[in-house]
Amino acid sequence: MRSIIPVLTVVAVIMAIWYAAAVPMNAPWAYDVAKRADIELTFSDLVAATWSQDKPKLPAPHQVGVELWETTVQKNITSKRSLVYHAWITLSATLMGFGMGTVLGIMLAVGIVYNRVMDMSVMPWVIASQTIPILALAPMIIVVLNAVGISGLLPKAVISMYLSFFPVVVGMVKGLRSPEVMQLDQMHTWHASASQTFWKLRLPASMPYLFTSLKVAMAASLVGAIVGELPTGAISGLGARLLAGSYYGQTIQIWSALVMAAALAAVMVALIGLIQRIVLKRMGMAT
Amino acid sequence: MTDLKDAGLKDAGNPAAHPDVRGGAVISAKDLDLTFQTNDGPVHALKGVSLDIEKGEFVSFIGPSGCGKTTFLRCMADLEQPTGGSITVNGVTAAEARAARAYGYVFQAAGLYPWRTIGGNISLPLEIMGYSRTEQRDRVARVLELVELAGFENKFPWQLSGGMQQRASIARALGFDADILLMDEPFGALDEIVRDHLNEQLLKLWSRTEKTIAFVTHSIPEAVYLSTKIVVMSPRPGRITDVIDSPLPKERPLDIRESPEFLEIAHRVREGLRAGHGDD
Repeated sequence: MRSIIPVLTVVAVIMAIWYAAAVPMNAPWAYDVAKRADIELTFSDLVAATWSQDKPKLPAPHQVGVELWETTVQKNITSKRSLVYHAWITLSATLMGFGMGTVLGIMLAVGIVYNRVMDMSVMPWVIASQTIPILALAPMIIVVLNAVGISGLLPKAVISMYLSFFPVVVGMVKGLRSPEVMQLDQMHTWHASASQTFWKLRLPASMPYLFTSLKVAMAASLVGAIVGELPTGAISGLGARLLAGSYYGQTIQIWSALVMAAALAAVMVALIGLIQRIVLKRMGMAT
Repeated sequence: MTDLKDAGLKDAGNPAAHPDVRGGAVISAKDLDLTFQTNDGPVHALKGVSLDIEKGEFVSFIGPSGCGKTTFLRCMADLEQPTGGSITVNGVTAAEARAARAYGYVFQAAGLYPWRTIGGNISLPLEIMGYSRTEQRDRVARVLELVELAGFENKFPWQLSGGMQQRASIARALGFDADILLMDEPFGALDEIVRDHLNEQLLKLWSRTEKTIAFVTHSIPEAVYLSTKIVVMSPRPGRITDVIDSPLPKERPLDIRESPEFLEIAHRVREGLRAGHGDD
């Protein structure tokens, strides 16, 4: 209960600023309409007008709320107009890319930890890969994959993977190297094989690092999937909703897609946090 | 209390772990040299070290920091490679002895895995060595009793005190009944009272299991109280300056430390340490 009060306070402050900002942002249009109709606007009329436009520059929170309600609860989820449907399209690419990125990240980390050549050669490239703007790279990935006949879910997942493997590599390299020299010597005195040292010492020791990385990777994956939907002219997915919204000036639709994306990320990260707590608790490492 | 031998813990199918030593030395070092190459030039961690350790002996290594006592122990364990001379453990090279799981090694820190229970930690080397599950369970129960930790099997390391953790780490080194126990300042981080208690327990355990123990320490009373043989070492280069055979009986109550024999040996050790420091 105590932790919820600060959160609610922040939410309330954001709402207040949002409502307040909507008035000056949407005022010119409201004045225009009033002038054409030859009406004098009182302040309360102005506020009411700025909070209820069809295509406001900044929609008021309740407008986004209504839009969210109408496109989720009141629509069949298989409908192309349902935000749940679009969210699922994006989420499936996110999860696939997240899975691929996690596997790739762990494999690279194992290679880097166990192989000196990989340690020297791969890490700089891993870091360099993240300095390339994903917006520039995404269209190329999609075009190239399309040229070899791959389209649909996979190209988006590849972009997700491209963003999500990085935190996993960095976290897992650190985690796999976290056992102390003494613990490795100990394994040596028992004449443990390299694979035994990996499965019984390095991997369990890296678990706290892995989960922290996974949370970052999940958020990055979602960004990757949305970015992957932008340059293709995709007709479904949260990215497509954002793009279509901006073409037709449907600001309310853009904002509701943004809120949906944020909620999706929050739920996914919370889910990983839950798994983390369960796993670490079972491992006796709960903090 | 269980006797390891009576309990049938010996695995007869492992000749290198239980060789037919018959009066020969269990550990034998001859002219052992170890030089580390550093940026400041070579460091002679060990120079011309020769020593025989007989079966069933309790040998302490004492000396100031940098005298090579831990390095010597690590050579026995095949954790360091000597640059000269030879060392045999159970009649074979240190590497072969390690491969045959001839020794248990207790480090200064307990080094228990936080994600494993005490029982899980003790069965870790047993898992690695391929013991069956029932065998693992039996052995864990037996060694836990041996170090007086019965009933703590399902506790996690953080639930135990430092002394208890170190006892668990000794139990872990006992689980696969190697005949040799190498201990590198195992009680160095514990307070005096806990240390006294653990010393007493260690002696009991030693007489019950008839293991050969090599024990590195900083403490003169600890070395004299525990050992049948005390090896005094000094630094730059790391070498043995004195080997003292203790005339103390095998039965040693804690108050033996007030006896004149005890004080005499302690005095000789102190003299040896001072002589090694003469060039400072």
